[in-house]
Amino acid sequence: MKAALRPEAAAEMIEEGAVLLVGGFMGVGSPHRLIDAILARGTGGLTIICNDLCTPEKGVGKLVVSGQVSRAIVSHIGLNPLAQQKMMAGEMQVELVPQGTLVERIRAAGYGLGGVLTATGLGTPVEEGKQIVEVDGQRFLLERPIRGDYALLACHHADYAGNLSYLLTAHNFNPIMAMAAATVIAEPEHIVPVGMIPPDAVKTPGVLVDHLLGTAP
Amino acid sequence: MMDAKEIIARRVAREIRPGTLVNLGIGLPSRVANYGPEGIDVFFQAENGVIGLGARPPEGMAEKSLTDAGGGFVTAVPGAASIDSAMSFGLIRGGHLDMTVLGGLQVDEKGHLANWMVPGRMVPGMGGAMDLVAGARSVVVAMLHSAKGEPKILPECTLPLTAERRVDLIVTEMAVIRPTESGLELRERGPGVSIEQILAATAAHLIIEGDIPEMELD
Repeated sequence: MKAALRPEAAAEMIEEGAVLLVGGFMGVGSPHRLIDAILARGTGGLTIICNDLCTPEKGVGKLVVSGQVSRAIVSHIGLNPLAQQKMMAGEMQVELVPQGTLVERIRAAGYGLGGVLTATGLGTPVEEGKQIVEVDGQRFLLERPIRGDYALLACHHADYAGNLSYLLTAHNFNPIMAMAAATVIAEPEHIVPVGMIPPDAVKTPGVLVDHLLGTAP
Repeated sequence: MMDAKEIIARRVAREIRPGTLVNLGIGLPSRVANYGPEGIDVFFQAENGVIGLGARPPEGMAEKSLTDAGGGFVTAVPGAASIDSAMSFGLIRGGHLDMTVLGGLQVDEKGHLANWMVPGRMVPGMGGAMDLVAGARSVVVAMLHSAKGEPKILPECTLPLTAERRVDLIVTEMAVIRPTESGLELRERGPGVSIEQILAATAAHLIIEGDIPEMELD
């Protein structure tokens, strides 16, 4: 059985300079209470790996505004003008990765693979510095795995054993990131007794989850 | 009188085939859904994780975990499925997505598309665009023919490319153009647009053979 953590206690675990995999797509399916706790604590030098840097007012975008992010690996920063400014001014290092490649690089780390071969990015600036591998006459880019120190996830239901289920478009990167970090912290909307999530509905088995955020305020 | 974007959306809608999976980009391409043939059996994908994207929800009925790739609240049609990002992009790269419609900054004579950045000025990131262009079975570019008088259909793209793959169709308010191995073939004219007007607004060489009909719009 997992213990229910308060957001501040979860934020205390995360050290300066940590590499964070953060679920969510424009903040949908992001662990907002956990992000707010990291914001309040002021932990700096973070590497954020997320689909996007959201907006300055929401999700991981807030950590960009507060200057806690030194490096970001994301597919999109267009809705966070401050992120673009910081990138161009050299205040924050940003690696832009095609969305499908980003999720597969994270998946590769979590699934124990040495990398991913994809045609995405060929003939574009994404291929710079990367090995091109030919398989059966077709060219691919070799993309390397990405793993995190922590995966910060949001889910719909969690049970006491840490099994997670997700709602609609709030799955996005969450189930993949659950496989790819040393420590996994999940922020559920509801915590239910063991047995209430049918086994077929469990998308992230509890064995992967280290900590649950309690739902009490 | 239809505005330019409506002409484009209506013409692209005619490309949608029954029984297919289609991804519409944000902005102008998303308007295509308003004109799809009625009752047609088609599923729209939003790459953030839904197959069977529906219209906007009624006032006050938005669900925060049901959004499109632009972050807007949507509904889902009967038969919809929610999926994670790995499967969503597996559908795109793996040959399961029949058609994608994207906006464009530039397209060139090789059919190369540039639509994700302007170096030093606009660097929003590629999001899912590179996977969509590299992976979809058919890529349709839906864009205005020129930008503030500057041609967008060029001999060669000057902006960084989105993919090395040749796109399948370019639809603007002035023309329908099919990129082929031998170059850009002009296929249709916009409503009331002459070939001379198209040529004047296009920097790339266009292959023009036979009679070029005016585009049909529903």
